[in-house]
Amino acid sequence: MRRIFEQVLLPVMTLAAFVLLWQVVAGHYPPEQFPAPSDVLKAIKELSDNGVLWTNIGISLARFGAAYLLAVVTAIPLGLFLGRFTRCHLAIDPLIQVLRPISPIAWFPLAVLWFGIGNAPAVFIIFLAAFYPILLTTISSVRSVPPVYLKVSSNFGAGARMTFLRVIVPAAFPGIMVGLHIAVGTGWIHLVAGEMLGAQSGLGFMIIDARNFLRTDEIMAGMLLVGLLGLAIYRGMKTVEGVIGRRWGVTR
Amino acid sequence: MSIEAKISLRGVEKRFVSGRGEEQTALSRLDLDIRAGEFVCLVGPSGCGKTTLINLMAGFEKPTEGEVIIDGKVATAPDPDHIMIFQDYGLYPWRTVLGNVLFGLQARKVPAAEAREKALAALDLVGLSHAVNKHPHELSGGMRQRVSIARALAVEPSVLFMDEPFAALDAFTRLHLQDELLRIWREKKPTIVFVTHDLDEAIALGERVVLMAPRPGRIQRILEVQLAHPRDRTEHDFAVFRKQLFEEFHLVHREAAEAAEYSI
Ligand SMILES: Nc1ncnc2c1ncn2[C@@H]1O[C@H](COP(=O)(O)OP(=O)(O)OP(=O)(O)O)[C@@H](O)[C@H]1O
Ligand SMILES: [Mg+2]
Repeated sequence: MRRIFEQVLLPVMTLAAFVLLWQVVAGHYPPEQFPAPSDVLKAIKELSDNGVLWTNIGISLARFGAAYLLAVVTAIPLGLFLGRFTRCHLAIDPLIQVLRPISPIAWFPLAVLWFGIGNAPAVFIIFLAAFYPILLTTISSVRSVPPVYLKVSSNFGAGARMTFLRVIVPAAFPGIMVGLHIAVGTGWIHLVAGEMLGAQSGLGFMIIDARNFLRTDEIMAGMLLVGLLGLAIYRGMKTVEGVIGRRWGVTR
Repeated sequence: MSIEAKISLRGVEKRFVSGRGEEQTALSRLDLDIRAGEFVCLVGPSGCGKTTLINLMAGFEKPTEGEVIIDGKVATAPDPDHIMIFQDYGLYPWRTVLGNVLFGLQARKVPAAEAREKALAALDLVGLSHAVNKHPHELSGGMRQRVSIARALAVEPSVLFMDEPFAALDAFTRLHLQDELLRIWREKKPTIVFVTHDLDEAIALGERVVLMAPRPGRIQRILEVQLAHPRDRTEHDFAVFRKQLFEEFHLVHREAAEAAEYSI
């Protein structure tokens, strides 16, 4: 009973209060300036009916998926390598530290110059946003593998390959998972930026396009959908994490 | 060197250099011979170098001077024939109990079917046949330590090094595991070097108890516990050895405390 109250009723009540407040406040402004929730819902319906919405969502998800996968398959191996070989890490760390604070958005002009307009610059920006969190957490999880795991492995005479694949990688896995998680967040946030800047499609473009026609209701519709989809992806990730965590024997 | 010594320490010295560049002698010129199949306990006040010594014997560290000789060869690296059992078990949480026990066999490239057979036999020996598919986090501390003992036994090592293996367990579990360990030792007869800070445990287990003293780490005395296993902890002779060890221990402790006072 208490669980239902805390996990369902309480959030729903807050949401309802928020929507109500929004509706009331919006009533004092012209809808072109500050659309009410009802206007936004209408806009969503309209966009969905003429199919624009679904195409854009599909395109955005595809871009995000491609960029995220690209980040995963590059950052994890690199992170495992740098975490294992301290010398290489020391050598490359200053470079990472300088590049990392540069916002992925700052890469945009160069990205367009190099890759032209279209999917590539947006994918590149999302890739950058997801790359660093995965890389850094992978490095640190490899470096913080408990020494006793390695002692046991060397005591039993396990070779370098077995120690790496059967001890270091699984021991670092829960930490890497945290990085994958963070990267979903940062990647998704930069999706909108990436699509606003150069793309001719996708949710980010949809928002910019709506601005050009002063359709505030469509702008908000786009924002709301970005938020909801982000939440859905995050939840999906949590579920996958839970399943893997149970297999790994690290569930709490 | 005596011919029959399994493990032989020849003038072993270990110095550490601290962060400030000062050199500290953790162990000074230590000689000790351990027979094959012997059960030796190392006791001594905290910081007297017990862990350092067992790490040297297990090949995790190298002596600054002198050498550790096992089976006539200088020990310089960890060896699958000499398995260390840690206080915090060192189990892999992502592997099941069986998977953990299989690790050492897989490292040796033992064929899967044979490895499984050996692992199950080792788990049977420590009484964990019912928990083979559990993960370590589902087990009590005592059961976890049994898994780590089974993992060691599975590769049939001739030496077991144990650094305070039961220190984190409650008194009941500790007594139980002591008896289990003795049973396994009598059955398999490995050489066991067992570090403990529990003097009763040392008397209950060791054929010899090596009492160490700190600053610098050295052997103060070696007590031969001439009692047949299994030992009755309530017996008169047990109490005699116990008293002897406690008195020596207090002496070492007092000397160490006085030395510490002088140095301030
Ligand atoms: N890696 C190290 N670097 C520097 N000094 C060390 C190192 N390992 C141990 N020492 C020092 O060597 C001495 C002996 O330490 P050791 O851990 O062997 O003692 P111990 O007898 O096992 O103590 P305890 O009963 O508390 O486990 C201590 O003074 C310790 O500070
Ligand atoms: Mg110690």
